[in-house]
Amino acid sequence: MSDFFSGVATALPRLLGEGLLATLVSFAGGAVVMVLVAVVLGLVEHQAPAWLAVIARVIVELFRGSSLVVQLFFFFYVIPTLTGVDLGSTWTAIIALGLNYGAYGAEVVRGSLNAVPRGQWETTTALSMPWATKMRRVIWPQAWALMLPGFNNLMVMLIKGTAVVSLVLLSDITFEADQLRRQVGLWPAFLSALVIYYLIALVVSTVMRWGEGRAQRRLGLGDFQIRQARRDAAKVLAGAAAAEAGSGGSGARREGRDT
Amino acid sequence: MWENELFFEAVPLLLEAFIKVTLVVTVLGTLIAVVLGLVWAIAVRELPPLLAAPLRFLVDFIRMTPLPVHLLVIYYAFNSLSAMTVGILVIGVHYSTYMAESYRAGIESIRSGQWEAATALSLPASRTWRAVILPQAIRNTLPSLGNWAIAMFKDTPFLIFISVPEMVTRAREFGGQHFTYVEAMTVAGVLFLLASYPTAVLMRKLEKKLAY
Repeated sequence: MSDFFSGVATALPRLLGEGLLATLVSFAGGAVVMVLVAVVLGLVEHQAPAWLAVIARVIVELFRGSSLVVQLFFFFYVIPTLTGVDLGSTWTAIIALGLNYGAYGAEVVRGSLNAVPRGQWETTTALSMPWATKMRRVIWPQAWALMLPGFNNLMVMLIKGTAVVSLVLLSDITFEADQLRRQVGLWPAFLSALVIYYLIALVVSTVMRWGEGRAQRRLGLGDFQIRQARRDAAKVLAGAAAAEAGSGGSGARREGRDT
Repeated sequence: MWENELFFEAVPLLLEAFIKVTLVVTVLGTLIAVVLGLVWAIAVRELPPLLAAPLRFLVDFIRMTPLPVHLLVIYYAFNSLSAMTVGILVIGVHYSTYMAESYRAGIESIRSGQWEAATALSLPASRTWRAVILPQAIRNTLPSLGNWAIAMFKDTPFLIFISVPEMVTRAREFGGQHFTYVEAMTVAGVLFLLASYPTAVLMRKLEKKLAY
């Protein structure tokens, strides 16, 4: 038992040093790219003319349909060969993670826009609001509150997804734990790593929930509605986060598409 | 850049890995996950709180930590098991924690009148689950179980961490031997798309059909 704890004591500094840094960089960069990709693709799918929406749809299906690891290797091995541009390990990881989870996020954005009640869209048309004002002042604040629970799930998926970045030669927590295994033994190394991942996921999840509450309150909704919305989102997303995140069919009301 | 020769060499090789490893892992992993997920969902409801709380924590912990780490731990902890066996077991258990959530949502969607009716008829717990709750709950859960199975299929390349010779592992080896990854990785990506996109469309149809 004391072996175990001295092993943990040896392992932690290395896991929390370089390993944590690589994991957090991949996560933070991936999260920024993910949200950007999700918002752009989701908006285009929902709002743009049909031909553009189809292109966005194809991109989304491409990235959702092939595997994260395949995409990672594609950016790492194939893109440099084809284009001569070598992104380097860190950027490869950030872009692959961001695009993969961003494609799932695009479905969350599209589903949330779909779920904004039709009357809200019609009112803005009746007031002949310009598109930018309509989005900024009426639609987006409501859609944002709806999409945050979906993004919460995706953020947790993204943290777990960063465990693949050692495949493109980054020394993240998983890689460091595998190295430490020889020095301090299997359980101290990997249990410490698992607990670190778990704590990161908890922190991110808590922050996102705080954001959800804030977005709901800005719409003038009280705690009861917040809990209600969270339950709805959990229902929509149970089992749907990976394959069908918040897409129109899965529970979100199919209305409000203004054309 | 693109050599047809290498492409035609890669296709049968990767197809073989796809059928012999990727599909086998997906099918067996899904079986494990479907059964265990239901076990977790029912156990958390039926066990006394003192046992249910740790179980719930364990399931949440597995769900919120990365699959590659689980693979490595079990692979090194059980030397006697082959990498393929470890892969199937770990991916199955990992996804069972997701499926437990789907089952839970399905069970919670059953109206309380159904439970009350079962109590009023003094049905034993096993019969309540078997004859009343599960037939209704599973209908709601089926599409999301299918979606998790597709997600699992796309996560099989994670088995590269324990060197299971699945499709992407083979594609990388092939690329390494021929000093170019373009053909092999393209084939691997396209095979994934060809298999997962139609299944996803099918699941969407199923979801619409089963919706009340």
